[in-house]
Amino acid sequence: MDALELAQPPFANYQLNGAFDEMFDADGTPRPSYRALMQRLRELTPSELSSRQRTAEVSFLNQGITFTVYGDSSGTERIFPYDLLPRIITGSEWATIERGLSQRITALNHFLYDIYHEAKILNDRIVPHDLVFSCQHYRREMRGVNVPRNTYVAVTGTDLVRLPDGSFAVLEDNLRVPSGVSYMLTNRQVMKRAFPRLFANYGVRPIDHYGQSLLATLRALAPTSRPEPTIVLLTPGVFNSAYFEHTFLARQMGIELVEGRDLIVHDNVVYMRTTAGLRRVDVIYRRVDDDFLDPLAFRADSILGVSGLFNAYRAGNVALANAIGTGVADDKAIYAYVPRMIRYYLDEDPILQNVETYLLDDEQQRAHVLDRLDQLVVKAVGESGGYGMLIGPQSTATEREAFRERIRANPRNYIAQPTLSLSRAPCFIDGSIEPRHVDLRPYILFSQQATIVPGGLTRVALRRGSLVVNSSQGGGSKDTWVLFE
Amino acid sequence: MRFGRLCRLKLSDKYCMLSRVADNLYWMSRYLERAEHTARLLSVALNQMLDEDPQRAVLRLERMLHALRTSPPPDAPADPYAIFHLLTFDQQNAGSIASAIGAARENARQVREQISTEMWEQINRLYLRVRHANTEDTWQADPAEFLHFIKERSHLFQGVTDATMSHDEGWLFIQVGRFIERAGATATLLDTYFQIHLADETAQTLDFVDWLGLLKSCTAFEAYCKVYTADLKPEAITEFLLLNATLPRSVRFAAEQIERGLHALARLLAIGQAGAPSASPGGCALRSTTRR
Repeated sequence: MDALELAQPPFANYQLNGAFDEMFDADGTPRPSYRALMQRLRELTPSELSSRQRTAEVSFLNQGITFTVYGDSSGTERIFPYDLLPRIITGSEWATIERGLSQRITALNHFLYDIYHEAKILNDRIVPHDLVFSCQHYRREMRGVNVPRNTYVAVTGTDLVRLPDGSFAVLEDNLRVPSGVSYMLTNRQVMKRAFPRLFANYGVRPIDHYGQSLLATLRALAPTSRPEPTIVLLTPGVFNSAYFEHTFLARQMGIELVEGRDLIVHDNVVYMRTTAGLRRVDVIYRRVDDDFLDPLAFRADSILGVSGLFNAYRAGNVALANAIGTGVADDKAIYAYVPRMIRYYLDEDPILQNVETYLLDDEQQRAHVLDRLDQLVVKAVGESGGYGMLIGPQSTATEREAFRERIRANPRNYIAQPTLSLSRAPCFIDGSIEPRHVDLRPYILFSQQATIVPGGLTRVALRRGSLVVNSSQGGGSKDTWVLFE
Repeated sequence: MRFGRLCRLKLSDKYCMLSRVADNLYWMSRYLERAEHTARLLSVALNQMLDEDPQRAVLRLERMLHALRTSPPPDAPADPYAIFHLLTFDQQNAGSIASAIGAARENARQVREQISTEMWEQINRLYLRVRHANTEDTWQADPAEFLHFIKERSHLFQGVTDATMSHDEGWLFIQVGRFIERAGATATLLDTYFQIHLADETAQTLDFVDWLGLLKSCTAFEAYCKVYTADLKPEAITEFLLLNATLPRSVRFAAEQIERGLHALARLLAIGQAGAPSASPGGCALRSTTRR
């Protein structure tokens, strides 16, 4: 193997740039973990690769592994674009990620407990009071409420990016209702069918036990008086874009998939309506946002929720995963303080770094950012899914002006970060292999301690040059292999 | 009987099914049965039209629409193409094959985790196939082939259901849905024919081809011949389609399946036990009417 291979098909269009390349080192030599894959790819003709890609896509469509596109009246269901080539992470890289994420989620759970109880971290002036209390996802109703096992965030999907020096950094903590884990699991199934031989000898760590681990995590939250708890998954319903995932997870765990209208609260106890009468519910893995959970406590116009659920929760008769009010800790401005939380609660240095973040309600930082809007990325603090974002280098003067106005009007609502050069991985595009930007979302389960299935969802910005990996913005995904070695 | 064993099953404490899920399974099954029934009637009618004088063909199409409780297309009441469109791909007609399959699939999607993966893939593939077809191309190519495909896929779905899903409560709701739809469909079909047959004025008489069409619309011609030979008599046909105990599309057969299904459900859910009346007296009434 040598650098010359880079110039040959199917890699003829593969050009390296300043970004970290997952497959090749700076002088174009394939990294050891990718060598066998490279070998296999060179044995296959582009038409063989294309036919495997098509087989994979048909398989997603037939299995109904689709998401609903909002704002499309024909009710179109689309498959989440899938790239055939795996993204490979070595055992030692994974060890760092695993330790770093465990540390981070432990600190974030401490933080959530703290701000809804004594608020020591605020009183010690590590995190500013007003930043927490001005957060739109802060729930005053949760003050003093004791949640089961003090576990606020049972399920997380943290977004990691790889920087040009090859180190992983945290881009976002998704502590509310992170989605995408079903794609991690189904990508693997499809990949096994597309490349069975390659797979067999690669030393890829399995991820199939995610469903069981999630069930164990949820079971650990049940009230102690209920030794055989009934656990359900609460979905907003069939029109939600992640509905496939909800059905998938319910089936993997063997639990009931319920909608708000299937549940009823009586004397602060939650029941579901079954053909044999009412049946008590002990743990709810909810995929419904805080705002819509209980029309009596939160948004009164919600038809997705269950009246009285919050009181049942406060009375300790039902557990929710995740707890209510966790969104405060994934506010993009609070994010900037996570390294300080890790030092404060755990007295450790953070293993995974944050991306440098400018807080725009600080006058000095705001002035700095407003001068450099064309170089920075600006994000709304409470948004997700790639919405409410300005990517400076790819923006027009009008867009920048609009953001300048919005920032001035409500500085607390925005943060800015340098435009990151996300790492790039090989993707099969129109018959040849080209590099595209990727990120990584591992899924962390937490009850007393963190469990992370070795893998995650690698999201790909399939448009050439694009840095946005969200499915709503033309992103796709690929299978993620974590190796034993 | 397969229901017999079920009746003895005890409901464990862990066991439960959401009422909404039962509703979805029941309707999924009914809509699919409806699509198959429509495809069968249309297929028989189109086939018989081929060698028949146009006037009779029009009457036949009218009769078929009546048996499906569908109004003729307003702008072209007797045009075979318009009728084909109305019953196959017309999304405005809630009773068209495409609408029924869409509704069945939507119900299945809402209980995706309750049915087996094999069942879901079957119904989803059927849906995608119908969604990507259209009236004009199908009519030009081979309408009979398309209708055959619908019938075959519907049967395949039933087979996959029986072979891959636990025969528990959910399966019972599927059975009940299928046979309620079937009992109604066969009864409506018989009603259509006998309204004409028993009418005083004989503006329209039914001939051999018509009675043959009726039996074929219930996939019952071969079975009929085995019992009564090919001598097609209205009384014998009525008896066969209404009261035969073993023909899967007879009204009695469907009613007995409904009765069994409801009894099994009642036992499973421990309701209606304390001397409650029979869940479905229909089956008994039909049995006592049988002459053979």
